Amino acid sequence: MSAPAHRVLPGFGLALGYTLVYLSLLILLPLGGMILKASDLGFAQIIDIALGERSLAAFRVTFVSSLLAACINALFGLIVAWILVRYPFPGKRLVDALVDLPFALPTAVAGITLATLYAGNGWLGSHLEPLGLKVAYTPLGIVVALTFVTLPFVVRTLQPVIEDIETEVEEAAASLGASRWQTFSRIIFPALFPALLTGFALAFARALGEFGSVIFIAGNLPLISEIVPLLIISKLEQYDVLGATALAVVMLAISFLLLLTINALQWWTANRHKNAEPLEAAAAQAKGVQA
Amino acid sequence: MTITRRLPLLLAFVASTALADLTLLNASYDVARDVYKDYNPMFQKHWKAKTGESVEIKQSHGGSSKQVRAVADGLEADVVTMNQANDIEFLADKGLVAKDWAKKFPNNASPYTSAMVFIVRKGNPKGIKDWNDLAAPGTQIIIPHPKNTGNGRNTYLSAWAWALKQPGGNDKSAQEFVGKLLKNAPLFAAGGRDATTTFMQRRLGDALITFESEAEMIAKEFGKGEFEVVYPSLTMQTEFPVAIVDKVVDKKNSRKQAQAYLDYLWSAEGQENAAQNYLRPRDADLLKKYSAFFPPVKTFTVDEVFGGANKAFATHFKDGGTFDQIYVAK
Repeated sequence: MSAPAHRVLPGFGLALGYTLVYLSLLILLPLGGMILKASDLGFAQIIDIALGERSLAAFRVTFVSSLLAACINALFGLIVAWILVRYPFPGKRLVDALVDLPFALPTAVAGITLATLYAGNGWLGSHLEPLGLKVAYTPLGIVVALTFVTLPFVVRTLQPVIEDIETEVEEAAASLGASRWQTFSRIIFPALFPALLTGFALAFARALGEFGSVIFIAGNLPLISEIVPLLIISKLEQYDVLGATALAVVMLAISFLLLLTINALQWWTANRHKNAEPLEAAAAQAKGVQA
Repeated sequence: MTITRRLPLLLAFVASTALADLTLLNASYDVARDVYKDYNPMFQKHWKAKTGESVEIKQSHGGSSKQVRAVADGLEADVVTMNQANDIEFLADKGLVAKDWAKKFPNNASPYTSAMVFIVRKGNPKGIKDWNDLAAPGTQIIIPHPKNTGNGRNTYLSAWAWALKQPGGNDKSAQEFVGKLLKNAPLFAAGGRDATTTFMQRRLGDALITFESEAEMIAKEFGKGEFEVVYPSLTMQTEFPVAIVDKVVDKKNSRKQAQAYLDYLWSAEGQENAAQNYLRPRDADLLKKYSAFFPPVKTFTVDEVFGGANKAFATHFKDGGTFDQIYVAK
């Protein structure tokens, strides 16, 4: 990363210094403090806490439901983003604004609302339970809450990228004899993929840490529907700050590895399609905005 | 622009705090809002009449143990009014509160009490009368998480104590009984109020186990005819201990006022206020006066059966305690 010889705007040094201080204060300092605190425990002890039967079950519940929620949003978020960019329809601005609501709503409110909706006597639950589909107070409820909370990430990441793919590209593909599926899978999807991965990673990371909405709909039964943040709260209830930090550090380490993998995957796909210059530039630009 | 618009408000705020000779901060548990909302003006009036000094009282509410952690981390509360003794024990361990805090005030430093009761559906269709009915197959109970909430812990310990008192009861049979009881919980609610909503509004479960005082809140919210209160043959007398935070009052020079603020909870007015908020007053005459709210019930205290709040917590709710043993085989 060598600095280009000529820049339109001055102040690289100042901006970089500011960036470093800002990131250190906001992210590195609290996380560093946490890791320092956890180092009071030995590595073996941390692993011991993480491998307890309840902890293991909670890690499984947390990662599996976060992954499912991120996958659901990757698929349906893509559709929503596509519709919002490509098709004019009445009330489009309203729908567009709706997408951001999960960001604005206090997550506890979301959790309580979803629990009420999906409970056995709720508007949705009363129709789903006769079909044998219990959502509230089951692991499925966790997925529903996480899907709700993380919806905006995928949509908002994809929208600018879709806007940058000109419809002429599709028309050109069609006029050269590509089928609809070929146009999508060969032209559109590769251009969208890096941004889709970014949205997926953001949604996944956000879901891992989500607490407020989940506890109201999860049921919180040990080994079945307890999430890791609940166990962390449980440790704090016991004034066991060290144990709580241990769980947090393990959570952080796994999340970091997963995000790193996703980023590597993204980098790889972005470079693979170097030939598709204009589209790639658009995708990379959108990625830059998000990162 | 917003600054200029808010300026008068800001000035009014500064003026109002300047007018008071002293500000006391009461760090309290979550559902104590109603009690202290009524109590604080009563005390202010009393103190002004007695000493001519005006005291402003600020309230901070939150989950009991969260509040205590905040105080330990430097929240400058003059007094703590909690719903679990082990929370105040934590502050005593940290040196913020006197070690013998429970003896600094009468009645184990708890000005009022409550009891754990069952709330059942109207007409009590399942005929629930005592703890063993809750553990019967096919009955569903709604409780908050026993490990993470005071309300849930009280339920757990009440069932345990009841099982101990049965013929041939011992720790092993009690653990088995509580295990059976917990199997009847389709979920563990996030907190006391969440459990109430789940039971009353989402109509899940046959019985909700909660504080007697909560029953009246439910009546206000959902109507009296919607449910019945069942008093089991033995249940926990829950205490609401209070303490002065020595470190803070010494620094702020507010010990006199803090002491008076807590003392006044035992006064006729303070006790009456507790009764009106459906908490059992310590004053025997008042308890009789409000006997319509507070029918006689056989209770035990955590000290009697479990040898203190800290010991009960360590045995049952610490990681690896009996709660974990019920769920995890190893």
